[in-house]
Amino acid sequence: MVREENKKPLLEVKNLQVEFHMRQGTMYAVRGVNFNLHRGEILGVVGESGCGKSVTANTILGLIGKKKYEKVYGEIWFHDEDILKKSEREQQKLRGNKIAMIFQDPMTALDPVVKVGKQVGEVLQIHQKKSPKEAFAQAVQQLIKVGIPSAKERASDYPFQFSGGMRQRAVIASSLMCEPEILIADEPTTALDVTIQAQILDLLRQLRDENGVAILLITHDLGVVAELCDTVAVMYAGEIVEKAPVQEIFQSPKHPYTQGLLQCIPVPGKKEKLIPIPGQPPKLYEKTPGCKFAQRCPYRSERCEKEIHLAEIATDHFVSCWRAQKDGERDEQ
Amino acid sequence: MARYIIKRILSIIPVLLGISIVVFLAVRLIPGDFATVTLGTQYTDEAAAALRERYGLDQPIVYQYFLWLGGILTGDFGFSYVSNQSVSVLLLSRLPVTLELTVLSLLLAVLVGIPMGYWAACKRNKAPDSVATVTGLLGISIPNFWLGTMFILLFSLTLKWFPSGGFVPLGDGILANLKSMILPAIALGVAVSAVVMRSSRSAMIEVIGQEYMKMAKAKGLSGVGLIFKHGIKNTLVNVLTILGLQTGSLLGGSVVIEQIFSLPGVGSLALQAINNRDYLVLQGTVLFISAMFVLINLIVDLLYCVVNPQIRY
Repeated sequence: MVREENKKPLLEVKNLQVEFHMRQGTMYAVRGVNFNLHRGEILGVVGESGCGKSVTANTILGLIGKKKYEKVYGEIWFHDEDILKKSEREQQKLRGNKIAMIFQDPMTALDPVVKVGKQVGEVLQIHQKKSPKEAFAQAVQQLIKVGIPSAKERASDYPFQFSGGMRQRAVIASSLMCEPEILIADEPTTALDVTIQAQILDLLRQLRDENGVAILLITHDLGVVAELCDTVAVMYAGEIVEKAPVQEIFQSPKHPYTQGLLQCIPVPGKKEKLIPIPGQPPKLYEKTPGCKFAQRCPYRSERCEKEIHLAEIATDHFVSCWRAQKDGERDEQ
Repeated sequence: MARYIIKRILSIIPVLLGISIVVFLAVRLIPGDFATVTLGTQYTDEAAAALRERYGLDQPIVYQYFLWLGGILTGDFGFSYVSNQSVSVLLLSRLPVTLELTVLSLLLAVLVGIPMGYWAACKRNKAPDSVATVTGLLGISIPNFWLGTMFILLFSLTLKWFPSGGFVPLGDGILANLKSMILPAIALGVAVSAVVMRSSRSAMIEVIGQEYMKMAKAKGLSGVGLIFKHGIKNTLVNVLTILGLQTGSLLGGSVVIEQIFSLPGVGSLALQAINNRDYLVLQGTVLFISAMFVLINLIVDLLYCVVNPQIRY
């Protein structure tokens, strides 16, 4: 692990809650999420669709919370300042500059009618007031760094002339232009085919190793997590149900949901059937006190539905489950 | 590219041929032919026959058509039965008026309709959007002949700001010229502006929802920068298409508006020709307007390449 202990985290998310007040009722998308991100750390956030991963990421970037129906509570500390308390203008100064985002689908994330080089260099024009020419020249350099062949010529191409993998490289190049401290990657490989996926993951790792950038990797691909992350946070229905160093998550998952997720990964050669998690994730329109997973949990007991129990069962291994306390479980580690 | 243009120009020929047949037949379907209308109360069968013979209207209809078509191919559109002037001279003398009217109305649509549509899209579901939507609906619903009449009543007859009609050529001073054109241009342009406003609004709303706009926002662009740097360019294909189509309706609408404001344009020429059953003038005028419409759409198609790099011919 690159990260040094006892160091102050780069990003501290404290009790983050995001609500969408819609006509159908209030949707509690994120319900009290806590995590820290350290310099040089890659934190994976996993969970099924609609569990609040992307909402969390977008809120950190300040892209959620501006509209009347969006309500954000909690704190997001970055360089001794609470991002959520900043004005839109101050947040704009962070966006793309100190905190950058890599989008999920490179096919749609690039403006189809603007040259790739111009798009990549755009952040410099916004944050460092560089001239279009300078920005373009630097964009070419960055495109070379992320591995675009004959970048100088290709920078004058339009996105449709790029393949999917190249586009994602261009998106990554654009996010790196201002040398951000935090990179939020929202499923950066989901839309790419497998060989390209590996290349993009390598690129992300290389960035971390060389620049010490902290990466918040949002994904539902546990393979990607095992490959790349230092720490994993498992989200379910707007809450982090388990957070631990990556080896621990895979070797001794404690939360029944994490265990269920891991059982859903096919292992080549094994004849065992995959065990899907029964039931559906809960509707997000209700604010219930207990464990959101209780409905689907095979070990559910009465107290599960009344209260959430958060425990640190090993160093940096947090589980919000009553069962994780049990002695028998503890002995296993 | 050159190949594409040639191909498109060649493909115009069958379109115009089709139009020429329709026009030729439609003109002759109007009850009461040239001779009946011209002779009026002095109508006798002999006089009518003589008149028809004089202008070749007694010939078989197919023969008449090919005679006309043959003339067009050599650049001769025929002549007016009424004034004896050649149709091309008549058209050319009327063209500046219609052209100015169309351009001014189009300018109104571009300068008012498009920005208003974008603004409404940016303020979606807020007061400016509602105002723009209602104004747009009104603009589309109000017929231009009514609007023109009301303009004359209010601005010409009551307030006496503008002349109630007539055309002042550009040569007689730009201000006087504009004064005579401003009311008809607005009366004609309102509906088109409204249509353009609505389509640029919906185009912008669609673009705002795109992922690349979100990414541009994540780069730290502000709302206005977002619209100017990434929004507008992406709506242009849609907006251009509507502008091209609406130019057609401007050409059509000018027939009525020219009549109301007594402007000597191509539209009023067509109307006079209908009243007089001046077949050749009417055929020439309609064919000319159709050709303009087809050409404008060709230009729009070529402009697509400019606004969207992905479109290449």
